[in-house]
Amino acid sequence: MRRDEPAWVRWALILFAWVFCGLFLVLPLAAVFGEALRDGWQAYLASVTEPDALAALRLTALTAAVVLPLNLAFGLAAAWCLGKFRFRGRALLTTLIDLPFAVSPITAGLIFVLLFGLHGWLGPWLAEREWRVIFALPGIWLASLFVTCPFVAREVIPLMQEQGCDEELAALTLGANGWQTFWRVTWPNVRWAVLYGAILSNARCMGEFGAVSVVSGHIRGLTNTLPLHVEILYNEYQFSAAFAVASLLSLLALLTLLLKKLLEWRLTRQRQGEPA
Amino acid sequence: MSRQPRTRQLPGFGLTLGSTLLYLSLLVLLPLAALAAKAASLGWRDFLAAAAEPRVLAAYRLTFGAALAAAGVNAVCGTLVAWALARYRFAGRALLDALIDLPFALPTAVSGIALTALYAPNGWLGQQLAPLGVRVAYTPLGVVVALIFIGLPFVVRTLQPAIEELPAEVEEAAAMLGATRWQTLRRVILPAVLPAVLTGFALSFARALGEYGSVVFISGNLPLRTEIASLLILTKLEQYDYAGATAIATTMLAASFVLLLLINGLQAWAVRRGGGEQR
Repeated sequence: MRRDEPAWVRWALILFAWVFCGLFLVLPLAAVFGEALRDGWQAYLASVTEPDALAALRLTALTAAVVLPLNLAFGLAAAWCLGKFRFRGRALLTTLIDLPFAVSPITAGLIFVLLFGLHGWLGPWLAEREWRVIFALPGIWLASLFVTCPFVAREVIPLMQEQGCDEELAALTLGANGWQTFWRVTWPNVRWAVLYGAILSNARCMGEFGAVSVVSGHIRGLTNTLPLHVEILYNEYQFSAAFAVASLLSLLALLTLLLKKLLEWRLTRQRQGEPA
Repeated sequence: MSRQPRTRQLPGFGLTLGSTLLYLSLLVLLPLAALAAKAASLGWRDFLAAAAEPRVLAAYRLTFGAALAAAGVNAVCGTLVAWALARYRFAGRALLDALIDLPFALPTAVSGIALTALYAPNGWLGQQLAPLGVRVAYTPLGVVVALIFIGLPFVVRTLQPAIEELPAEVEEAAAMLGATRWQTLRRVILPAVLPAVLTGFALSFARALGEYGSVVFISGNLPLRTEIASLLILTKLEQYDYAGATAIATTMLAASFVLLLLINGLQAWAVRRGGGEQR
């Protein structure tokens, strides 16, 4: 039998965990909603339905719609070659995929300004053709793609690796073609992990602030995403409006946490359901 | 652990590897190479002048100092929280466990303004602290508080599985051999989870070095006093001082890569240590 800590130590630790997390996690969350509703529901609704806020919401949704499919395609392609095959340089490539996580968001924005900005490498060439990347939507999409690129891949690679190739080889032997094998055999095994990665990548994409802030130019109604709109309102001392818009992003975060928890439960069950 | 897939029996290797390499090169490697090229084009003298002017040095000192302090607080407090979550069953455990990831899920700008609202002199917590002479918002302490918030999940999420996977027999053996609980903790449990604590510390530190959104609102951004390196990069960029921005960003990126190598080393160490005990 394991000898556990005395009861008072146990309770002290549980109390500490709650107080520490209460202070650092629950209170900030409560502050967002408290401040958002400070001037009442009417003011709250007015702030989140005002034209600039709606434009920011639309841009954030559009950005996610552009970024997510690319993340999914990249994640699945990377997971297929890294999870199902062994080759020289495999470990290096796996590390390179995680690289964006080691880059500060501001630096992530900076590299695209250095490439596409007016004084950047490709700036003059773009300017001649009147194509805008920086201070325009493509820049926001590029920065968002950069910071979210590892999410799907890193969830699916270990799972594909764990599952090996036996089922796929069986399907191929029985006469299925490559696509049929992928959709009928591999996809059902990895779809929850793909969804898990997609949810995390979506949360990061919709909430990204630093990288997007560098490339967006903060043009109201045009290149303002929701997080940037929060910043602008806050810096203009429109505190309750800033917190009202922030509360939308907080609801998204809470929804993300809930879905994440449900999927973790689902994935654990899938792992345990398999013959070990 | 798992069956190793045999090479090249499934279709699609060339296509997926090719598209992965292409996508990664265009989106990640080429832009990062552009940063390196820009830094190299500066020449040593200009690079040093830009990366080591007093305002920049002050920003490094604050960024590294605050990141170190926050990672230290997280390593201690996060370990205690992870222990409670991994070992005890109590009311609200599942809720607390889900909340730990909040800093990952909450956009950094939102956490930034929320922390500022709490700790500003007229905020919920700021009001309580002001009579004690403690100012958090718009001081270096505020930067530390924001970095604790952002780094906490790294420590807890690294430690939780390490604590859960501690083999019960070892602790039982220690107890049967007459060790007190305290001795078991110090001689058996702590050495076993130490690699995970250090990994969590390094991850939290690395994240704190590059953090921007949650810090800029609470720090007040006074040059030489509460200005972090990330903000200084942005400021230089807005003044079209590309050389200055590049020099600072390259320095910070180099620090991140060193940390990344360190973290990989720590994880390899943890695997080697735990290797003998794995299923």
